[in-house]
Amino acid sequence: MTSYLVRRVAGALVILMIISAITFYLFYAVPRDPARAFCGKICQPETLALIRHNLGMDEPLFVQYWHWLAGIFTGREFVQFGECPAPCLGYSFATQEPVFGAIVDRFPVTLSLTLGASVVILAFGIMTGMIAAWKVGQPLDKIASASSVVGASLQIYFVGPLLAFYLVDTLQLIPRPSYVPITENPVEWFTHLLLPWVVLSIIFTANYTRMTRSQMVEQLAEDYVRTARAKGMSSKAVFFRFAWRGAMIPIVTIFGVDLATLLGGAIITEQTFSLHGIGELAVRAVQNTDLPMLLGVTIVGAAAIVLLNILVDVLYAFIDPRVRLT
Amino acid sequence: MNETLLELKDLVKHFPVRGGALIKRQVGAVHAVDGIDLTVGEGETVGLVGESGCGKSTSGRLAARLLEPTSGKILYRGQEISHSSRRQLKPIRSEIQMIFQDPYSSLNPRHTVGTIIRGPMEVNDINPPGGRKKRVQELLEIVGLNPEHFNRFPHEFSGGQRQRIGIARALALDPKLIIADEPVSALDVSIQAQVVNLLQELQRDLGIAFLFIAHDLAIVRHFSQRVAVMYLGKIVEVGDRQSIYERPRHPYTHALLSAVPEPDVSSEPRERIRLAGDVPSPINPPSGCRFRTRCWKAQDKCATEVPPLVRLSGNREGHLTACHFPDAPTTQGEDVVLDPALA
Amino acid sequence: MTTVSWSGEPGTSRGPGPFLSVRDLSVEFSTEDGIVHAVDNLSFDLEKGTTLGIVGESGSGKSVTNLAILGLHDPAHTKISGEIWLEDQELTSADGTTMEQLRGNRVAMIFQDPLTALSPFHTIGRQIGEVYRKHKGASKKEARDRAIEMLRRVGIPQPETRVDHYPHEFSGGMRQRAMIAMALVCDPDLLIADEPTTALDVTVQAQILDLLKELQQQFGTSIILITHDLGVVAGTADNVMVMYAGRAAERGTVREVLREPQHPYTWGLLSSMPRLNASVDVPLTPVRGTPPSLLNPPSGCPFHPRCDYTKLAGPELCFGQRPSISPETGHGDACYLTLEQKRELRTAKTEDHA
Repeated sequence: MTSYLVRRVAGALVILMIISAITFYLFYAVPRDPARAFCGKICQPETLALIRHNLGMDEPLFVQYWHWLAGIFTGREFVQFGECPAPCLGYSFATQEPVFGAIVDRFPVTLSLTLGASVVILAFGIMTGMIAAWKVGQPLDKIASASSVVGASLQIYFVGPLLAFYLVDTLQLIPRPSYVPITENPVEWFTHLLLPWVVLSIIFTANYTRMTRSQMVEQLAEDYVRTARAKGMSSKAVFFRFAWRGAMIPIVTIFGVDLATLLGGAIITEQTFSLHGIGELAVRAVQNTDLPMLLGVTIVGAAAIVLLNILVDVLYAFIDPRVRLT
Repeated sequence: MNETLLELKDLVKHFPVRGGALIKRQVGAVHAVDGIDLTVGEGETVGLVGESGCGKSTSGRLAARLLEPTSGKILYRGQEISHSSRRQLKPIRSEIQMIFQDPYSSLNPRHTVGTIIRGPMEVNDINPPGGRKKRVQELLEIVGLNPEHFNRFPHEFSGGQRQRIGIARALALDPKLIIADEPVSALDVSIQAQVVNLLQELQRDLGIAFLFIAHDLAIVRHFSQRVAVMYLGKIVEVGDRQSIYERPRHPYTHALLSAVPEPDVSSEPRERIRLAGDVPSPINPPSGCRFRTRCWKAQDKCATEVPPLVRLSGNREGHLTACHFPDAPTTQGEDVVLDPALA
Repeated sequence: MTTVSWSGEPGTSRGPGPFLSVRDLSVEFSTEDGIVHAVDNLSFDLEKGTTLGIVGESGSGKSVTNLAILGLHDPAHTKISGEIWLEDQELTSADGTTMEQLRGNRVAMIFQDPLTALSPFHTIGRQIGEVYRKHKGASKKEARDRAIEMLRRVGIPQPETRVDHYPHEFSGGMRQRAMIAMALVCDPDLLIADEPTTALDVTVQAQILDLLKELQQQFGTSIILITHDLGVVAGTADNVMVMYAGRAAERGTVREVLREPQHPYTWGLLSSMPRLNASVDVPLTPVRGTPPSLLNPPSGCPFHPRCDYTKLAGPELCFGQRPSISPETGHGDACYLTLEQKRELRTAKTEDHA
């Protein structure tokens, strides 16, 4: 187990290195020159050269990448702009702050959003899927199946404003979405994020309902479930003690893959509700051609996905004793 | 016997097992086939029997060169093909064909029967006189299917008929040798006999040699002129049909024969040998004689020395047995009951 | 209707009749393609402490019959008629709770492939123990001890450690032993073994069949052994019923059916099997054609499209009317050939082979 984790984390680091190198190359190979943008409209060639030198942009690309990489561990200093302490993922010239700090500031928002949405997705998706499978062929199953088809087609930027209009403005059932740190007021943290959670999770929840239902129906036809029934286990015991574990394996696997999509959805959700999370940071960085920031967000996002996938694999081994992590 | 068609010489196939902490490396090997010698003569039928995991299927795949051996030699008509490239194998491929166990998964469900049977001709660019379609219909007729059915899909046929389609495909290139891997074990009893009879007719009429791989000793006996018995990657006994079934010398052959359930109630009670436990893992096979862990004749020597496959005194010509103590009594008292569960 | 009994008088009252009695059982499934007539008007009895071998090919209805005894069919798509009496209890009309209490307790079942039939997610000990807990109200500790005892009884070495292992850590033979241990944990009166050795190697098959016989002698369990292999039946069962297309073709003691088979289908089955002591120069005599579709079973005798003797027996009978099994007790078969004709044909066959 330990050796497995060590190997997976080592592998993850290699992957992140490769991702960062590729992203670095792609971003810095674009014609848009941050030094020129910074230099202003009337730009003397000397000033430009100086800025470039201060930004370290006068060196070959791989040296720049090496500096960037080294900066994560040693920190960097940008003359004329400011200090970027370790771990330094670069310095945003557009917002005049270290990238890492900006990301850390916004991290709780995105984390709250995605974690909360994950809970909604798994809890509601699996629950309704289970109910549908339990009542397969009956009205409840048909309702659950039909609503999951509808739900799967509800896009965030459509449902978001719609729900906000009715629930927040018209009916005033819940407060306008914003981020209140959980440490400050857990109740407000919850109520203010409720709408974004629901909106972000609708599409996914619908998918998980359908998946859970079909997986459960498939598992219920398995030989070992028949054996459990032949042993005199009640339908309930068969359902909840035997079949669900088989059904969860593919669900967990797919969820690992969906995490990346969920992060993408979080970006849209943050935009929709003006939440100041990493997604919003990324969108603004794109608009401003803030390359260091963009690079930082990409790497942090990639790291999150890679680490969560390791977690999913470990979870997998807990569900299925046949999977051995070696 | 006629000219030797296929010859396996000290053939070994190990499948690597990988593991390790930080970097995956080979930590062991499945000794699927561990040094077997076997020949198949022209027009001859050789049976290969053994229990699951004994390496009989791997041997068949090696003989058809669907697998590359770890070491040892595969000779076809005296020409070594152990490590030949695809291109070098091409002329031989058409002469060696395979029939598989599962008639459901070995036929592409999206292709018509005609396309399936024509496949080998297209791959090998063979244009039979009268055209491929005519040949397909001929083949369907040979295997006892309606030649007008070349446009149908596999799912429209029953299991036995599908196996006939597989046989027609194998016949498409006029093979000299067919390797049949459990060709009837997935079929119903009444259908098995139909397919066995068909294979026997083909053998007789077309002079095709067969390597017939099966776990059913009675069917192998019915079909094969010579029989090799495999256990854990080794051939423990080989000989003509009569020697193996009437005068077996290896204790494993004895045990296998006595375990065959026969639908007879009239005959006198048969010798009853019950082997203890299961076949050991081929990753870590027992030292010396591999059968010793389940053998009631085993002595110290069996753990240290691998018994050679030789003609024992009293064996007929060509009857080879790999056992140190073939003459120890086969039965102890009335029954040899070696299973602790039954004691 | 025909009332059949292996021995003794056909019972009319539910007194001390046979232990298990199936009467005019029909099972139909509705599928997308239509209605499958899986079992058609089947009757048989099983005496206490004996083994009945049910022999048939795929689609003969042998497994379906036994799933119906346990009530394991899908009630939404299955129509069952007839009666199944287990001593004084009728099972086709029993409610869900009654059947739950019966299953694993009085009637247990083992399946063909122990790898898929055991839950991959639970230890062997738990899978055995939970049956015991469910039916005997035992504590966790008692159930575990019982599981160890059962594993020992079926010949699994080191049961104290094996009890905590998962099925994938067992070999095929050991898994089937564990399956048997699980089935027998509540000392059932009836054990239904559905092709228990088909997935196993011959030497392991012999072990498992011996084990079943041993356990039967010790505990007096009645066994229904479902198999496609007449050889398995020969060494294990007392009585045998040959099924074809959802109906009984022939029944009798093993000795009667194997020595003097009466039904052309039984002849066909026996002559298609190669024997270790038969001449190898005589080709096998298979049953021609293929088993019928149960969506649309043949009229008359379901075997008539594959039978060589319809001319002899009378085509109008064979093609038009379902033969019922006769005589009503003892060795009987469902065929219109006369006893005389059967005897002659059988003699001719033996001479052919000699």
